[in-house]
Amino acid sequence: MTALSESGLRRLWHGLPWALALLVYFTGGGYLGLGTHALVMILFALSLDLALGQAGIITMGHAAFFGIGAYAAGIFASHLSADPLLGLAAATLAASLFGLLSGAFILHTAGVTLMMLTLAVSALLAEFANQAHGLTGGDDGLQLGRMAPLLGLFGFDLWGKTAYLYALAVLFLWSLAAWRIMRSPFGRSLDGIRQNPRRMRAIGTPVWRRLVVAYGLSAAMAGSAGALEAQTTRSVGLGALSVLTSGTVLVMLVLGGTRRSYGAFLGATVYVVVQDFAAEIDPFRWMFVIGLLLMAVVLIFENGLTGLGDAARRALAGLPRRSGRP
Amino acid sequence: MTQPALAVHGLSKRFGSLVVAQAIELDLARGARTGLIGPNGAGKTTLVNLLTGTLRADAGTIMLDGRPIDALTPEARVRRGIVRTHQINTLLDETTVCDNVAIAVAERDGIAWRLLRFARRWRACIDEARSRLAELGIAHAVERRVSELPYGEQRLLEIAIALALRPRVLLLDEPAAGVPSLEAHAIHAALDRLPGDISVLMIEHDMDLVFRFAREIVVLAQGRVLARGSPAEIAADRQVRAVYLGRSAS
Ligand SMILES: Nc1ncnc2c1ncn2[C@@H]1O[C@H](COP(=O)(O)OP(=O)(O)OP(=O)(O)O)[C@@H](O)[C@H]1O
Ligand SMILES: [Mg+2]
Repeated sequence: MTALSESGLRRLWHGLPWALALLVYFTGGGYLGLGTHALVMILFALSLDLALGQAGIITMGHAAFFGIGAYAAGIFASHLSADPLLGLAAATLAASLFGLLSGAFILHTAGVTLMMLTLAVSALLAEFANQAHGLTGGDDGLQLGRMAPLLGLFGFDLWGKTAYLYALAVLFLWSLAAWRIMRSPFGRSLDGIRQNPRRMRAIGTPVWRRLVVAYGLSAAMAGSAGALEAQTTRSVGLGALSVLTSGTVLVMLVLGGTRRSYGAFLGATVYVVVQDFAAEIDPFRWMFVIGLLLMAVVLIFENGLTGLGDAARRALAGLPRRSGRP
Repeated sequence: MTQPALAVHGLSKRFGSLVVAQAIELDLARGARTGLIGPNGAGKTTLVNLLTGTLRADAGTIMLDGRPIDALTPEARVRRGIVRTHQINTLLDETTVCDNVAIAVAERDGIAWRLLRFARRWRACIDEARSRLAELGIAHAVERRVSELPYGEQRLLEIAIALALRPRVLLLDEPAAGVPSLEAHAIHAALDRLPGDISVLMIEHDMDLVFRFAREIVVLAQGRVLARGSPAEIAADRQVRAVYLGRSAS
């Protein structure tokens, strides 16, 4: 195969998920709401991929940033302006500041200690949101009024068409940014820190500072996702900050595969779709299906569902499975 | 007399009741080739950790080109030119050999903070990495993942990364440890070709290698400098023979 057609093939491959997303827009009908939710969760999972997949920050509290983004967007819409983009910017900024601040305190640690601290931070935040009734509506959550038209042009319609394209556009821009970051020297140094912090210190990497910046970036993405969720569903609840949400996004990422261009895409989409189908059949036991799926994927494939593609390619090329498992 | 590149005065460290460094005095002239020997547990690696700042000393000072660096963080010391290799390979195992070096070059040049507009600078890092690896004779392995590399070539990569940081003072912690003799000659060749202006402190148990490489030898035992001198003087030192050479050189 010539180099030209190979790169052309790759471009085609990269266009495929976005083409599918547009196809859903035109044919999705009643499923556009679900589709929008999937896009939001993809963005959230992508943010986790930067912190956990790339930088190795073991976190069980990423919902903190999703929740801050959601509440910030809600509060912004209620008190300041109904403009969606301003709300999105404010939410992204708020989440990223909180990421930088909390990261500065907890990223001196690693491993289980770090995991406990991320959990603790998000639990504190959730409890704060629960108590601060005046600001967050406590148990009742917040209802957002009608959003102003996007760019003053595109009103949010009853069928969620504008909402879907809005979420898709934000996801697209963040994906470009995330892929660029992961391939940048900065991203490569994060990958190095994940693999071996001692090595990185020995080449002069300011490990803590770099992790804090990565955490802030990841928090910004998660905050954007939270804001989209709030704006497109026009509601925010305590669930956005819950440990369950942190766990869900982790499952999505692991399901799809970490540090892969489309790992977060595949994982979040499959999760959302399976959840919807399974919940329709049996509203009480859909977690059972997700659990089985996760076990199957993790046990069989090297790196989530995207690992399936690798396995297929290796099988076709007649190569053995990559070792590295006991 | 010209100023030493690295000067250590009264450096001390204890772990609980275990004294691992006791009032250590050490000078490395510019271009020095100093061997650091001593029995297992003498405190050799600990001394390297104190010099790089990975461990904080209890007392004493470290001067680089006449200026104290005790307050500097490990990464700041690397930027000033104190660079080490590790007794046990400490590499990015899932990354390619080339990228292991390129990442170090990027860090050295301050490119590692770049999130945007990096393509050309990064390519320059890759090019430098390739040429450095070629100089050390592992051009054939640049695109392989470190975990797939033979042990001896991983040891060479430790040295390649250190050199890519353009050290002023290079601390080699047993560079040839555990390398089968068939692969060792590549490491010996790399050591022979270290740039002449770098001050090198080499820890090594292989006495042939130490006596071939070093112009001065420092003997450490139980955290103290037991003796220092030219290889000939050390070989003749009865005390040294008693604690050390007698056992491993026989
Ligand atoms: N972080 C630590 N905490 C407690 N004790 C330590 C620590 N690091 C090293 N030691 C102890 O300090 C002593 C000196 O260790 P060090 O690694 O410096 O020896 P070494 O001279 O490099 O030995 P070797 O030739 O085996 O590499 C040993 O007894 C070791 O067990
Ligand atoms: Mg040692």
